[in-house]
Amino acid sequence: MGLATVEAQFHVLAVDDSLIDRKLIEMLLKKTSYQVTTVDSGSKALEFLGWNDENSNEAFFSPKTNQEVEVNLIITDYCMPGMTGYDLLKKIKESAVLRDIPVVIMSSENVPSRINRCLEEGADEFFLKPVRLADVNKLKPHIMKTKTKESQKPENQDDNDEENQESEENNNSTSNKQVEETQDQLQSESPSQQQQTASSNNNNSKRKSMDEGVSPDRTRPRYNNGLTVMSN
Amino acid sequence: MERQAAYLRNALFDQGYLDEQFLQLEDLQDQANPHFVEEVVKLFYTDSVRLIQSIELTLKNTPRDFEKLDKIMHQFKGSTTSIGAKKVKKECTQFQEYCNVGNVEGCIREFQEVKQEHAALKRKLENYFQVFHVVHLAREAR
Repeated sequence: MGLATVEAQFHVLAVDDSLIDRKLIEMLLKKTSYQVTTVDSGSKALEFLGWNDENSNEAFFSPKTNQEVEVNLIITDYCMPGMTGYDLLKKIKESAVLRDIPVVIMSSENVPSRINRCLEEGADEFFLKPVRLADVNKLKPHIMKTKTKESQKPENQDDNDEENQESEENNNSTSNKQVEETQDQLQSESPSQQQQTASSNNNNSKRKSMDEGVSPDRTRPRYNNGLTVMSN
Repeated sequence: MERQAAYLRNALFDQGYLDEQFLQLEDLQDQANPHFVEEVVKLFYTDSVRLIQSIELTLKNTPRDFEKLDKIMHQFKGSTTSIGAKKVKKECTQFQEYCNVGNVEGCIREFQEVKQEHAALKRKLENYFQVFHVVHLAREAR
């Protein structure tokens, strides 16, 4: 599996009520070789993700396409009418199906309390607008985290090793500490141990309180539940 | 023609109409998307017309709803930031300051400035893109 193929399979869902910003983020993400879907509201984002109150704990199918929708990262504006980016983040982290998807918040305002609140709620990054290519380049480690978790099934061990090497080589991320911890995590083989490590890693680098995120009765929730990963 | 395009472009930066965000847009433009910058600018102008009209209307209603005015302006300012429209953005900030202190006269006056800068930039960019097109077509023909 070549690097190009791996990158082309990453699907990012971008949420922003501003038409111009949607166009921008779409281009930024495409430039970084991600597949992009843009929506203009939090509720549309949840719809796309197949979320609804009743089945938030089951595997889901997108109501529109009746296919499995795989999203590797969600990047959302903070200030949106109706459901804010923060509200959306909360809903995602509350859902057993969706909570593993990394979430990035964007905002035009540099409000430390806002940033902290988002990070504490489980956001992986907080970007100040206007978002630049350098910012989007920071997304890779977060996306790789999810992607590698999924492929860490016994029969895929070889693929996983290859991805480990690739992610090591390609990690230009400035948050080096986080990168090292991510790599440690990648090498661990037990899924539940991995999730624990992920939480504590995130605690160290992002000051998040992830305790509530790791519940004993959570049995390896996967939004695709071990079904075939949809390749694009 | 190429020199004219370069001159026009540089003038926009030198005279403070555009800031480095515009450079970011240019960086995203490539062979696959040769008119990306112009597309974004066009989008900005169609989208901002809606917002300007909304402010216009809200300014007419009394008592003035400063919260609403600020909200709309926040959106508008966001767009100006995204395309690097430096002067327009500055006027937007000024407008918001008048909103925050409930200064009606200031808001009305400042809104005129916003519209003026908005229109001035549009003219300059249209001019620039016209020249840019000619240059681009000439390049493609080579």
